[in-house]
Amino acid sequence: MQENVLLQMRNIDKSFPGVHALNNVDFTLRKGEIHALMGENGAGKSTLIKVLTGVYQMEKGEIKVEGNKISIHSPQDAQNKGISTVYQEITLCPNLTVAENMFIGRDKKSFINSKARIKRANEILNKLGIPARGSQILGNCSLAIQQMVAIARAVDMNCKVLILDEPTSSLDDKEVNMLFSLMRDLKSRGVGIIFVTHFLEQVYEVSDRITVLRNGELVGEYLTEELPQVELVSKMIGKELEELSSLGESDEKQSAEGEVFYEAHGLSSSEALPFDFSIKKGEVNGFTGLLGSGRSESVRAIFGADKVGGGTVKIKGKKVSITKPVDAMRHGIGYLAEDRKRDGIIAELSVRENIILALQVMNGMFKPISRSEAEAFADEYIKVLNIKTASRETPVGSLSGGNQQKVILARWLLTHPDYLILDEPTRGIDVGTKLEIQKLVLKLAEEGVSVTFISSEIEEMLRTCSRLIVMRDRHIVGELKGKDLNQTQVMKTIAGGEA
Amino acid sequence: MKNNFKRFFSSGLGQLTIPIISICLLIIFNLIRDPSFFSISIAHNNDGNMVLAGNLISIINGASELAILAMGMTLVTAACGGQDISVGAAAAIAGSVFVKIIKMCMFDFNSDIKAGYIILAFLAACVVAMLFGAFNGTLVAVFKIQPMIATLILFTCGRSIAYWINGGATPTVSSPIITAIGGFIPGVPIPTPVIIVVVMAVLFKLLFHFTSLELFTQSVGINGNAARLNGINSTFIKLLSFIILGICVAVAGTIGVSRLGLINHETLLIDIEMDTILAVAIGGNSLGGGKFKIGGSILGAYVIQMLTITLYAMKVSSTDVKAYKAVVIILLVVIGSPVVKKYFGRMVSKAKANRSEKKAKGAVE
Amino acid sequence: MSKAKLKVREPLTDTQLLMTITICIFIVMYGLAMLIFGGGFLRTQQIFDILNDNASLIIVSCGLTIVMIGGGIDISVGAVTSLVVMSCVMFYNRTGNMVLAALLAIGIGLAFGLIQGALISFLDIQPFIVTLAGMFFARGMTTILSVNPQKLPTETMDKLAGIKIEIPWLGYVANNGNVIPARMEIGVVVALLVVIAVFVLLQFGSLGRNFYAIGGNQTSALMLGINVKKTRFMSYVICGLLSGISGFVFMMHTGAGNATNAAGMEMNAIASSIIGGTLLTGGVGNVIGTFFGTLTLKTISKIVVTSGLNDPWWQSITTGGMLCFFILLQSIVLGRRAKKKK
Repeated sequence: MQENVLLQMRNIDKSFPGVHALNNVDFTLRKGEIHALMGENGAGKSTLIKVLTGVYQMEKGEIKVEGNKISIHSPQDAQNKGISTVYQEITLCPNLTVAENMFIGRDKKSFINSKARIKRANEILNKLGIPARGSQILGNCSLAIQQMVAIARAVDMNCKVLILDEPTSSLDDKEVNMLFSLMRDLKSRGVGIIFVTHFLEQVYEVSDRITVLRNGELVGEYLTEELPQVELVSKMIGKELEELSSLGESDEKQSAEGEVFYEAHGLSSSEALPFDFSIKKGEVNGFTGLLGSGRSESVRAIFGADKVGGGTVKIKGKKVSITKPVDAMRHGIGYLAEDRKRDGIIAELSVRENIILALQVMNGMFKPISRSEAEAFADEYIKVLNIKTASRETPVGSLSGGNQQKVILARWLLTHPDYLILDEPTRGIDVGTKLEIQKLVLKLAEEGVSVTFISSEIEEMLRTCSRLIVMRDRHIVGELKGKDLNQTQVMKTIAGGEA
Repeated sequence: MKNNFKRFFSSGLGQLTIPIISICLLIIFNLIRDPSFFSISIAHNNDGNMVLAGNLISIINGASELAILAMGMTLVTAACGGQDISVGAAAAIAGSVFVKIIKMCMFDFNSDIKAGYIILAFLAACVVAMLFGAFNGTLVAVFKIQPMIATLILFTCGRSIAYWINGGATPTVSSPIITAIGGFIPGVPIPTPVIIVVVMAVLFKLLFHFTSLELFTQSVGINGNAARLNGINSTFIKLLSFIILGICVAVAGTIGVSRLGLINHETLLIDIEMDTILAVAIGGNSLGGGKFKIGGSILGAYVIQMLTITLYAMKVSSTDVKAYKAVVIILLVVIGSPVVKKYFGRMVSKAKANRSEKKAKGAVE
Repeated sequence: MSKAKLKVREPLTDTQLLMTITICIFIVMYGLAMLIFGGGFLRTQQIFDILNDNASLIIVSCGLTIVMIGGGIDISVGAVTSLVVMSCVMFYNRTGNMVLAALLAIGIGLAFGLIQGALISFLDIQPFIVTLAGMFFARGMTTILSVNPQKLPTETMDKLAGIKIEIPWLGYVANNGNVIPARMEIGVVVALLVVIAVFVLLQFGSLGRNFYAIGGNQTSALMLGINVKKTRFMSYVICGLLSGISGFVFMMHTGAGNATNAAGMEMNAIASSIIGGTLLTGGVGNVIGTFFGTLTLKTISKIVVTSGLNDPWWQSITTGGMLCFFILLQSIVLGRRAKKKK
């Protein structure tokens, strides 16, 4: 058994300012094994991968490859030591040929025999059964092929450990199958594969073993066949199944009986598949599902954040057209984006400017909010939401995550929306702030605002939402309310099928 | 007290540190070299007006076009994260249109230059410059071409278009009004271009006061994604910044023409694009876009002009000035480069750490 | 079976597509010029004249193509060329040594390449600003060297003019029955050699392929184990070197140094590269395309002049128009391709 171990990570520790990203985590990979690494957002799986590939340096712990202790300084170093990674976004050059992508940067020769390279590339591609030609331009190949070329490069560099980071998220079923047969082939050649994904079915289809992380800690290592899907979900989310059922239906929420505020039929966007959805006045509902299930994409479609594909939208029964964010805003919809840094804050602008931004846009360019008004607004919301900032003129970028989130909340509250979409408003912020935000959501609903609330933490959603829409693999797979609104049921629906 | 002082320096002055230090250095340098550099006198000009004269006045006067262009360029830089290199060529076009219209009016009505012609001509120049601005802006905002490459087109052929407008000549326009625009208004001892700069600066101030352009431009420049998700139309903002720059170009071109009373497509505001970009950079604005201060750019323009006049005073010929300026630019960008900044940042924190260590030691002892 | 497999024709790459468009446009344009204007355009000497006049432009464009493939830009090339011309003429007039003058030319070019490359690659400063400063420095230095035009001695000029390659079979028969051979200056030979050398470097050299890689996707290039900084640095060094050579060729062609020499050459060179299918965003381009880009550009100028639009402004207006046309063409052609792929 022991000789079979390819990679051993022991007691890995890594912190970032304010976050203990990895706390004493162990991970073991055996020869010829496909090992799924599972966990929700912030569980620490990407940190673990980055430690392994030399992007981050660990603070404590040791890494052994085939029994020899090694230290890894950079991705390059990791590659040389037989640890290769294939990322979700392709890290090859799309303007070069397949063959070049497989060999560039590997030898020190000044001139290239491109014919020999293409021939060698074709041999490798044939051997691995990858349907590509060495002379093809990489950018002309499908994403799946590009990924496989990256794998072929890694294999040709004699990699022992192959890390596949969310490789299937942009592939269709046929391509996924192609990738899986390649993975099985590599497995039979003795390569150890770490498979990071959020698609549960795929984990069960291809992996031999599962390691689950949660909140930077190791939950456990399991044989895939011995771990039912529902149990996996509960381990990822963090409640034991028995415990869950004992929790029961503690507080039943009244679902709002008001008029329907927003209604969509067959709404789709460049990122989201068509779906139906409606929300009543003063209702709090939630979209749930694992990361990548399409929950964010769907609410983005409601707000017109991506290119709208089709479908009809009615607000208060009237047909309207929402093709871009400003349309949605004019109809009283606010949207707090999932990625605060990328889509939310304007980091270098002050708290005041960030707070008034959305209201200013709605007022239009020629009705600027005066400085004193803006200051009053800023002061009011800094007080109401208890935003901790040195002053209202502090650049938002220098605030802590929770306070940045509150600033964006303030921005939307200031527009007095009828319908507020909050995508992961509580991610990466401290517990106190989380509670504050949940309370705020309930208060808003009381005041008649409809709220859509998305969170990776199911408890949080159960506490706030009166209706949960469950998504899996980009489809809505269920709608839970009333009695069904409990953790067990939610997890069963997320996991799909019968446990 | 100390705290207030500190905050004043870190927030208000932070962005203006470089231009203010540069001006101080130049002043000290000139004081040592020749204190009479700063003398201001009252003289009679050719028309017999009492006017101010001296190096300082010629610095402030000479930098007018630069300052005006720098204001517009700041906006383009902030919104698009790139610069317009065609401002000199576009100003030549605007100047040509200005002269052409005046000439046409004179010909049509068979009369001398009247104020009405000049206003008409200026408006026409504005429209043309705005159209060219819109052309550049469309390439940048709609076709997503990098600003410097997009404006390369006009940079290449702008001066030839100016030449073509005037049919290959360098026509002159002489009128007391034009002399007044380019020189002094009778009875006013301050050069008119300086007054125009003040007017433009006030106009920008009003623009930012009565619209939310400043907020929107900064948002687009800092985080385009977030700006879009908050309903800002970034294509429009970028296009608008180029059109506003177009107005600045027309004003600068008009001043340039009025100074000499003629349009020379080859020499009018030659090489000013470089100085303009430099003025924006010296003013503490990031060339990568985002937060901006128009005031900084104006100050930057005066720094450059002061440098130029200082070099002239040191008997450097006008053609050679470029080489010296290039050295200054390189020094500035090297100091401002991320790598060097990081290096200095590390040095400073090391020094601080050392000091606190020593303090700690001292406390123990 | 395996042979049949090898014969699979790959679809045109972006580089090839854009280059093909340019070559087609060039051929059509030249053909039309032959039909409409006849005369000079019917003689091969016309092409050689274009080459003779623009040998240095071709060399500079090759350098610029390399930089642009790597995702950068260098607008100092024209000014460096001008500075080299002035320095070489003055140097030769003082020393009378042409070999040393040639070395000086290469030295100046390399110095610019090294310094600008280092600032851009190792200090991470925007290439446009650095090379703009470089351009101003070179122009300023040229006038510092001499404001007045400097000429080579007449006998040297004659000697230089004498070095020509005559190709009788490409000549034409004049009215009096004499065969007038086609004449090609030595500078054209240098230019053609440079084109071939750069072609080989870009196509078969590791360094050349690395240029494409860093221009295509810098992060990927880094992950693939390419030394991105060094590669970018080298692109500017080569470009600087070629500017030096270009200056020397320019001097052999004109024999005189003048502060306004090679004015606007950088823009012509950028235009040549773009017309030849080099992408502004990097990663795509080909030096053969650039060569035809220069020919296209200059043939249009010739056509403009021949067709009677000989006012001085038409030249740069057509250049600007062409530039605009090709920039938009690139944007549209590639945009469509990207959409199709989706």
